[in-house]
Amino acid sequence: MIAVTSVDGTLDGKLDERFGRAQKIMVYDPATKDSRVIDNKLNMSASQGAGIQTAKNIIDAGAKIVISGHVGPNAFNVLKAAGIEMYTASNMSVREALKAFEDGKLINLTGADVGGHW
Amino acid sequence: MKIAFASGKGGTGKTTIAVNFAYHIANSGQQVQYIDCDVEEPNGHLFLKPTALEKKPVKVMVPVVDLDKCTFCGRCGAECRFNAIVNLKDKVMIFQEMCHSCALCVKICPEGAMREDEREIGYTEQGTAMSGISFVQGVLNVSEPMAGPVIMAVKKYYKEGFIKIIDAPPGTSCPVVKTMSDSDFVVFVTEPTPFGLHDLKIAVSIALNMGKPVGVVINRDGEYLPLKEYLDENGIPLLMTLPEKKEIAQSYSRGEIILNSFPQYAENFEKLANNIMKLSGKKIKGSKK
Repeated sequence: MIAVTSVDGTLDGKLDERFGRAQKIMVYDPATKDSRVIDNKLNMSASQGAGIQTAKNIIDAGAKIVISGHVGPNAFNVLKAAGIEMYTASNMSVREALKAFEDGKLINLTGADVGGHW
Repeated sequence: MKIAFASGKGGTGKTTIAVNFAYHIANSGQQVQYIDCDVEEPNGHLFLKPTALEKKPVKVMVPVVDLDKCTFCGRCGAECRFNAIVNLKDKVMIFQEMCHSCALCVKICPEGAMREDEREIGYTEQGTAMSGISFVQGVLNVSEPMAGPVIMAVKKYYKEGFIKIIDAPPGTSCPVVKTMSDSDFVVFVTEPTPFGLHDLKIAVSIALNMGKPVGVVINRDGEYLPLKEYLDENGIPLLMTLPEKKEIAQSYSRGEIILNSFPQYAENFEKLANNIMKLSGKKIKGSKK
């Protein structure tokens, strides 16, 4: 399962480059090519810890891979502790991001690429 | 009598006005305590030059998990309102800097696997500054996100019978609300710019919501009609102005008390004292009539 942060919850809509404050999360199954949407609205308006809880949502959804724009230190540590791989993408739709990932074109994050509250 | 100096926008001259006001009323015979609640960047000490500071750590309580007792049921993380705990299938991740020390996780853990431990987030310093001003400030450690507990620790030093001049943090969030919460009057220091006015409006609306009497000081005064219109339309009293002067800026940049270098501005601060007395109905003893 691959989780992609999304602006509007559609495959052709933009990937949300903000991780914790993403409105929706698309969970895509490469085996069946099915996708479903997780609402992340609660975290979008959380006063704090949005990245941490978004990471938890993704873990609970069973994803093993995350594609987003930028991941802060707390979210990174949670995802890493759960053994989830993180990839960064910019200025593309969710569908394009999934394609770029399958083509091996996305960069694997080995650490948080932004500070908290960037 | 507690007078908070706030602003909304940063850099308007909150501290400048607060330290000079403290100095002015201290020299009029009043016992004054200066309380710096701008714990992320306390600057009042640069001007008031307190000595023999007595330093004390500020600690908060945070949870620690005993993994031998934990069954990874996930209740602590599910119930934490501050997103400070994440439960994984074989881990409990605690983000201490997110914790608000409510201890809910300790109370609800069915296995008794959570206990509280102390964590230092900053310190307070107390001493005596120029003109006999009693001085206290809080300092939040760098990278710590929560100013609230340090502000509350600073307020424990309130002295009976002293006029308390409280320097608030900039902005309009929790630390500002905490700082203003027990004040008898809030002085908003602003500048005649669109930015100053924008943030002033938000900050004033918070103080009015809290039922505080308020007034405004315009620092670096100059022609900016929207600010005067805002004050008129909303019936917000203008307490004092300080002109835009190179000599004031130079004196400030040397860490001087303006009134020390340029006593002619004492009139402005005398007006501020009189206006606060009139509007709060409280006496600032020693202020000349």
